[in-house]
Amino acid sequence: MDSSDPAPSGKPDDHPTVPAQRANEDAYLRVSDLRVRFDTEDGVVRAVDGVSFAVERGRTLGIVGESGSGKSVTSLAILGLHDPKRTTITGEISVGGRQVVGLADEEVRRLRGRDMAMIFQDPLSALHPYYTVGRQIAEAYRVHHPKASRRAARQRAIDMLDRVGIPQPARRFDQYPHEFSGGMRQRAMIAMSLVNDPALLIADEPTTALDVTVQAQILDLLADLQAEFHSAIILITHDLGVVGQVADEVLVMYGGRAVERGSVEQVLRAPQHPYTWGLLSSVPSLHGDADADLLPIRGNPPSLINLPPGCAFHPRCRYADRTGGRSQSEVPALRPVDAADATDAAGLAEATGHLVACHLGAAERAALYAEDIASVGVAR
Amino acid sequence: MSRFLIKRLFSATLTLFAVSVLTFLMFFALPRDPVSGMCPKNCSPERLERVRDDLGLNDPLVSQYAGYMKGIVTGRDLGSAQGGRCDAPCLGWSYVSNEAVSDTIARVLPVTLSIVIPAAILWLLLGVGLGMVSALRRGTWVDRAAIGFSLTGASLQLYFVGAVLLLVFVYNLRLLPVPSYTSLFDNPAKWASGLVLAWVALAFLFSAIYARLSRAQMLETLSEDFVRTARAKGLAKPKVYGRHALRAAITPVVTIAGLDVGGALGGTVITETTFGIQGLGRTAVDAVRSGDLPTIMATVLIAAVFVVLANVLVDLLYAAIDPRVRLR
Repeated sequence: MDSSDPAPSGKPDDHPTVPAQRANEDAYLRVSDLRVRFDTEDGVVRAVDGVSFAVERGRTLGIVGESGSGKSVTSLAILGLHDPKRTTITGEISVGGRQVVGLADEEVRRLRGRDMAMIFQDPLSALHPYYTVGRQIAEAYRVHHPKASRRAARQRAIDMLDRVGIPQPARRFDQYPHEFSGGMRQRAMIAMSLVNDPALLIADEPTTALDVTVQAQILDLLADLQAEFHSAIILITHDLGVVGQVADEVLVMYGGRAVERGSVEQVLRAPQHPYTWGLLSSVPSLHGDADADLLPIRGNPPSLINLPPGCAFHPRCRYADRTGGRSQSEVPALRPVDAADATDAAGLAEATGHLVACHLGAAERAALYAEDIASVGVAR
Repeated sequence: MSRFLIKRLFSATLTLFAVSVLTFLMFFALPRDPVSGMCPKNCSPERLERVRDDLGLNDPLVSQYAGYMKGIVTGRDLGSAQGGRCDAPCLGWSYVSNEAVSDTIARVLPVTLSIVIPAAILWLLLGVGLGMVSALRRGTWVDRAAIGFSLTGASLQLYFVGAVLLLVFVYNLRLLPVPSYTSLFDNPAKWASGLVLAWVALAFLFSAIYARLSRAQMLETLSEDFVRTARAKGLAKPKVYGRHALRAAITPVVTIAGLDVGGALGGTVITETTFGIQGLGRTAVDAVRSGDLPTIMATVLIAAVFVVLANVLVDLLYAAIDPRVRLR
C-alpha cells in the first residue's frame, strides 16, 4: 500500500519549463501532465503518470504500448468515462478549448459523442446485442439533436451507414449486430461515432479484432473519413505496422509514462528509446533479412501498483547498467533527442520534434542502435 | 415460430399424459381404501362393496383411467350417485366433498390466482428494483441494506413471516381483517385487504432471491462494453442504465420469474395454510389426506399445466428480449 507521493527524485519535473521548438496553438486536443490513479483494494494504481501530447484537427496521433501501459486509460480519461468515485485525475485535458478535467459530469456528457467520439476494439461486444444497428446509430444522433425527428435520425443513420461503405444501408439499418460480419460491425461502429461530426475521434485498437485484409480496409476508411471531416484522430494500438500506415505522430507509452514521442518518420526510422527498439525488433520485417531472429523484449510489463523505481523499463532494458545507477534511481524526463543532458526537461503538450525519456546519452543511443538493432535488419 | 408452438404443444401434451398416469398409479399404490374412509362406522362389507361399484373403483385400472381422460375431453355420464351427466372438461366427482371436482376447482383456483399474481408483481418490482439500486449504489449503505434485506428474506420461512405479520397487523394493531378470500369482482377493497398479508409475506421471501440475482446481473452488465459505448455516445445515465443495461441484465431474471410464478400458481400450500385461506394448494393437500382421487388428479394436472405454460412463456419472452434467440 503506497498512497504517498513517490520520492521527489523519482519524479519528472513537476513544472516543466520548456524548450518547445514550435508550439501549435491551434491543437484541438491538448493533454498536459495527465495523471490517472485508481484506488483499488491492493493499492493505488498509477495508470497514467504525467503524460502530455496534443493533436490538431486533420492529424493522427498513434499511441503505442503493451497492455497496461496506460494508453486506453488515457483515452477513457479524455472522454471522462472513468468512475469518479474510484479515480483521481489531475493535469489538463483541453478539448476544443474546454477544460475537461474537473468539469461537471453533465457538461462532459454533452461533449461526448458530439465533439469527441470513440471506436472500441471489439465491435461485437461494443454494440448492444438487443437493439438494431440502425437504432443504435440513430440514438447517438438524437442524443445531441433532441429536436430531430425519428425519421430524420433514421435517414441520417442510413446516410452514415452508406458513407462507411455498408451496402444496402436501408436494409442493414434494421438488422442486429449479430447479423453483421466483423468488418461490417466495425464500419457500423465508425458510422455511429461519426454521426455527429466529432472533431476528435479516439480509436482504441480498432482493427485488432479483425482479419488482416479487413484491417486495411478499416484503416483506409478512417483515413478517408478524416480527410472528409477534418477530425483529429487518436489511434491506440500495439501494432507498429498500423501506426506506420496511418499516424502522423507517435507516442510510445510504458508503465503509464511517455517514453518517446515524435513524428512517425522519426520514431519508426530513428527510434531512440530501448523500449521502442524492442517493439520494432519484435515485428518481422519484409525488407530485412528473412532469417534474422526476432528480438522479443524480455520480461513482463510492470505492475502499475508497484512500478520499478527510476526508469520503469530498467528491469527489462539491456542497457540499464550503462547509466551509472541512474536508471535504477531517477525517472528520466522526456526531453528532445539532441539535448545534451537531462537537465533540459521537456513535457509540454505542444512541444514538437523528437522527444525521448532515457538516461543514455544521444551519442551512446545512436551507437547502440546502429550496432545492436539496425544491423539485425529491423529498421525499415 | 408456429412450428415452435406446435412442437411445444406436443411435448406439453406428452408431459401432462405422463403426469396423469403417474398420479393415477401412485394413488392406487397407496395402502388405503378411499371408501372405508368415507363410510360411517359399522358399514357392512356389502355396503362398502356397493359403494365401490357405484364409484367405479372395482373396474380395471386401465378402464378407470380411460374413463377419466375421456371425461376431460368429451365429458361423461357418472351415474346418479355422482351427479349424473358431467360436461367436458369433466374432472370427475369428489366422493369426499360430494360435488363435481370442476366446481371445487372453480372455487379455489381464483383464490390461488388472487394470491400469486399480485404477489408476483410485488416481488418482481421489489426484487429487481432493490437489485438495480444496490448495483448502482454498490458499496454504499443502500447496497448493504439491500443485501441485508435479501439475506433476511432468504433465511426466513413463510410460516414465521406470516405469523409475525398476522400478529402485528391483525391481532395487535387491528389494521387488517383476518385474512380471507372475497372475489375481486364482488368487492375489490375487501379482496385486497383480505389478501395483502399473503402478498407481502410471499413477496418478501421471493424478492430476496430476485434482489440478489438482479444485483449480480446488473453489476456484470455494467462492465460490458456496450454500456461503455452507450456512455461514450453521450447518453444520460437514466437511459444508459434503463435502456441499455437493464434490458440485458433482466434476461435471467425473466427465466427464474417464469418458473417461480408457474410453480406458485400450482398452489401455495404453506401460504394458504398460514393465512387460513382455501386455495388450490390446500385443496390438493386435503385431497391427498382423504384419498380423494378425482381432486388429486385435477389439482396435480392443473399445477402441471401451469408449469408447462410458464416454460413456453419464458421461451417466448426470451425471444422477444434477445433477437439472437431463434425459436424452432
